[in-house]
Amino acid sequence: MSKRIDVKDLNVYYTNFLAVEDVNIEIEAKSVTAFIGPSGCGKSTFLRTLNRMHEVIPGGRVEGEVLLDGDNLYESGVDPVTVRSQIGMVFQRPNPFPTMSIKDNVLAGVKLNNKKISRSDADALVEKSLRGANLWNEVKDRLDKPGSGLSGGQQQRLCIARTIAVKPQVILMDEPCSALDPISTLAIEDLINELKNEFTVVIVTHNMQQAARVSDKTAFFNIAGTGKPGKLIEYAETATIFSNPGVKATEDYVSGRFG
Amino acid sequence: MTTNALRRNGSKGQAGDKIFSGAALGAGILILATLLAVAVFLLIQALPTFMADPTLISGGAGFFSYIYPIVIGTVIAAAIALLIATPVGIAVALFISHYAPRRLASGLGYVIDLLAAIPSVIYGAWGYLVLAPALVPTFQWLSENLGFIPIFAGPASQTGKTILTAGIVLAVMVLPIITSLSREIFLQTPKLHEEASLALGATRWEMITMSVLPFARPGIISAVMLGLGRALGETMAVALVLSTGGLIPSLVKSGNQTIAAEIALNFPEAFGLRLSELIAAGLVLFVITLVVNLIARAIIARHKEFSGAN
Repeated sequence: MSKRIDVKDLNVYYTNFLAVEDVNIEIEAKSVTAFIGPSGCGKSTFLRTLNRMHEVIPGGRVEGEVLLDGDNLYESGVDPVTVRSQIGMVFQRPNPFPTMSIKDNVLAGVKLNNKKISRSDADALVEKSLRGANLWNEVKDRLDKPGSGLSGGQQQRLCIARTIAVKPQVILMDEPCSALDPISTLAIEDLINELKNEFTVVIVTHNMQQAARVSDKTAFFNIAGTGKPGKLIEYAETATIFSNPGVKATEDYVSGRFG
Repeated sequence: MTTNALRRNGSKGQAGDKIFSGAALGAGILILATLLAVAVFLLIQALPTFMADPTLISGGAGFFSYIYPIVIGTVIAAAIALLIATPVGIAVALFISHYAPRRLASGLGYVIDLLAAIPSVIYGAWGYLVLAPALVPTFQWLSENLGFIPIFAGPASQTGKTILTAGIVLAVMVLPIITSLSREIFLQTPKLHEEASLALGATRWEMITMSVLPFARPGIISAVMLGLGRALGETMAVALVLSTGGLIPSLVKSGNQTIAAEIALNFPEAFGLRLSELIAAGLVLFVITLVVNLIARAIIARHKEFSGAN
């Protein structure tokens, strides 16, 4: 239940503005890949092209190919709805559905597209997903309470539970810890380590220690200046990026000389 | 001498604060006072009706038998208006906020807002001259084919000036209120919630039912209530469109009457007890509106825990 992603010659645009230029990257199945880089370098924008969420923004479009186990996401006739049900996403700010209970939040994606699920199957899936997100013990007595009543870290894990409940091939995370305290961050990082046993995980982070702790491979993005497109500068094993990077800019960034 | 350096001594900002809070308080009190004054006026002026001998009231059987047919007529007309205008209004608002291309959306929104600025006498005239005659064949068909249902019992009106026509005219009048308020609320749905459902693999319609409508629910209820307020209180359009009569269940025969139109049509010649009767009818309308709004508040409050405000 996890697939690899290959990106070929991808250019990302906002209307006519080229935001990210010519990205080529191979992401292995059942691995954690981190995207790092200074603000505005296009790493979040690029992440959103991997499940076609980029085109939700008016004017958002791409050129090039993104292959999920060889199938191009951007081929005509491919429904973005299908793509997104296979490639889930966790956002920067926790966004549980405020009008739904904890349980309904977990089941939200499962009930889409008119799928029916029996009550016992639903209960089992809720427990499995919440356990998978390390949240079960904290919420098992209040599954019918609103999800918005949880703490920020719990809400983020609820969003992860909601994402894994639909059994995606890949999970994209867009700075999932940037709104959380260190304890909650640790809980999410532990969770990412467990998730890679089942899923392909791609995470955007501003926190270089976090990238070093959780990821197998790291991609460094950079931007030449405002108004210029972001580019993938270097992509290698995380250990290599942090100890022996091949490009000067990468070394400057990870050693804290800029950014 | 002990002086606390942290104590403020009459700075400008403080004065501005006081003026503003005073103005806000004053405005709030003014609203309540106006409402109270209206209620007191209605009560005092209506009192003779409740004290009078039942045989002296119009119809000769007491105030209750005078008022209940027109209360029901009012509610029927308003209900028809809302039944039509609520789904259409929400659909138009959703189209403008989530489906239409941006340029078309702003143009359409502008046109809908214009509808709200047309005076009600124009709607009345349109209903009287255009809509009512145009509906005659439809009413005929309804009474011939669905006449076994009491609300479509024939013979159908030959002029088309029925409570159904009045309800449709009212629907057109409340449509812009429901549409523009709903549209504003739909546009305020947090992007975060919309993307949450899209990222789970929701279609656009599923995104709307999962994220937009739950968020907008209290706002939609408020919009419908404002529309209902206009439908209940609308005078001129109903007075022009409806050919009045006693209470009948059929919507395609002439008959029925609403409180507001009853007051408007009879007020110029009324004096003494008749005047008091009409004001009592106004009091009843006031109470209906109040009760409806209280119910709406209760519905909104019941789901507070899940509103997302916490």
